[in-house]
Amino acid sequence: MTGRTRLKVKWLERLWGLSTGRFGLIVVVVVVVTAIVSLFWTPFDPRQVEISNRWVLPGWPHLLGTDGSGRDILSLLMAGSRTTVLVAVGAGVIATVIGVSLAALGALTARWMRESVAVLVDILIAFPVLIIAMMISAVWGGSLAVVIWSVGIGFGVNIARVTRPELRRVLHSDFVLAGRASGLSPLQNLWRHLLPNVAPVFIVQLSWGMAVAVLAEAGLSYLGFGAPVTEPSWGLLLAELQQYITVYPLSVLWPGLAITFTVLALNLLGDALREATDPTLSRGRDPLHPPRGAIRHVPEVVA
Amino acid sequence: MSLEVTDLRIDIGERRVVDGVSFAVPDGARVGLIGESGSGKSLTALAILGLLPDGAAAQGSVRWNGRELIGMPDRELATLRGDEIGIVFQEPRTALNPIRTIGRQIGESVRIHEGLSRREARGRAVAEAARVALPDPERIVARYPHQVSGGQRQRAAIAMALACRPRLLIADEPTTALDVTIQAEILELLLSLVEDDGMSLVFITHDLAVLSQIATHGVVLEDGRVVEAAPVSTLLSAPASRVTQGLLRDATATLWRPGHAPASRASGPEPQTGPAT
Repeated sequence: MTGRTRLKVKWLERLWGLSTGRFGLIVVVVVVVTAIVSLFWTPFDPRQVEISNRWVLPGWPHLLGTDGSGRDILSLLMAGSRTTVLVAVGAGVIATVIGVSLAALGALTARWMRESVAVLVDILIAFPVLIIAMMISAVWGGSLAVVIWSVGIGFGVNIARVTRPELRRVLHSDFVLAGRASGLSPLQNLWRHLLPNVAPVFIVQLSWGMAVAVLAEAGLSYLGFGAPVTEPSWGLLLAELQQYITVYPLSVLWPGLAITFTVLALNLLGDALREATDPTLSRGRDPLHPPRGAIRHVPEVVA
Repeated sequence: MSLEVTDLRIDIGERRVVDGVSFAVPDGARVGLIGESGSGKSLTALAILGLLPDGAAAQGSVRWNGRELIGMPDRELATLRGDEIGIVFQEPRTALNPIRTIGRQIGESVRIHEGLSRREARGRAVAEAARVALPDPERIVARYPHQVSGGQRQRAAIAMALACRPRLLIADEPTTALDVTIQAEILELLLSLVEDDGMSLVFITHDLAVLSQIATHGVVLEDGRVVEAAPVSTLLSAPASRVTQGLLRDATATLWRPGHAPASRASGPEPQTGPAT
């Protein structure tokens, strides 16, 4: 047991050691914690309209100011982070389930099955999911579920597209054969040798998918196809504040920054995770075995 | 503890790639399968372990200790793999999982077959690493495959295959990807380990010189058929088939001419070649 916990810490240490990983981790944790806190407490009620307090500049007690109907912008952002987290996690889970099952079906089954799945994935990938989401929303009204499902399915197919050939490649490696030759059952072999070697590609795709989900929710809500106006959402807030950008430019900054930082953090975190979990990429301190791509320091040559 | 392969046939789709191969490896014998690329050597080895690739099917008989391995359920075969029969592959670059430490991979089969805990398996991995003469075994087990040299990787792969003390080792061109000095070291190591444990060995190669260093008997394959089966000294001194004569011409080192062949230090029971009865 101790071996396992030590290993996990080591792996987190590596992630923390990368500046991108640290940034991504901090921002993602802040957003998630904010979303949880907002369930119990926000500085003001985000729905509280107070006409006398319109367009208050940042200060006390409204740290980020108020909007055109006197609502506290910080509270609106905090409440909006719930939607962001819900969409990112929901789309991430759906994309993982769809992506992994399609990739497994497309890589590990009988030949006719593998090839039909590959064709299916190629067909599905041609569908413009966001436009379909807009069409659905335009007809039946916008909802978060439409955003979550469309991005989830869209990225699930993407994950399958990228993971399937990777899984095939690893499947034909000698070490997978060696694992079987050591007496591992096919399932144990999948778990110990196949999946961990596919994970880096998968993690990058997934984090990108979650970032796109955040962006898609904000974008669709901004256009009026996403969250219904009664829901708190960064995209809705941006749309509302943006109408007054020439008069109160500062207020638009906050939802814009929130969206940008979250998307950036998700992308960087995915990249850093890949680097932290792949020992062939990690920055070893061993001078004889520098990380891949690093220049070996040879004193005689330098001098 | 003997292996008897009788009339082994392997089909890939419509194509018959191994056609009626028979040979026997009695307990403690060292038999070489030799032939050019595509002669069916490796497939024969994989068929023994029931690890043929998708789309390839084996017929005939492979008896290990009297038990028929062809058609044995995979679950049952898995209990033999790594425990009674070990295998070393050709390419040390790809034979180890790049994202697991060497120690965990050496300890894998003892965890499966002997039910050792992670900690016990680690201790065992250190001992096994020392046994294959990996330098600084305590530290090398914590390293990843890309951090050690090709020869060390092949030593680790051998330690993996031998961790459970199998009775039969199948070595599929274990030295082909290594340079000549490392090749000699690995052969030396294999030979001493096989002799220490009294293991049987099936050694696959395309190099008659290498074969003469490690095996007592050779089975020469061409296009999936056995063209000649004889003691190695006979193959070297009086090659009967055209294929063997060709292989002898191509043999890399002149050191192992008949008479000097270290195979003459062979001891142990005489393997029977040809169809087992």
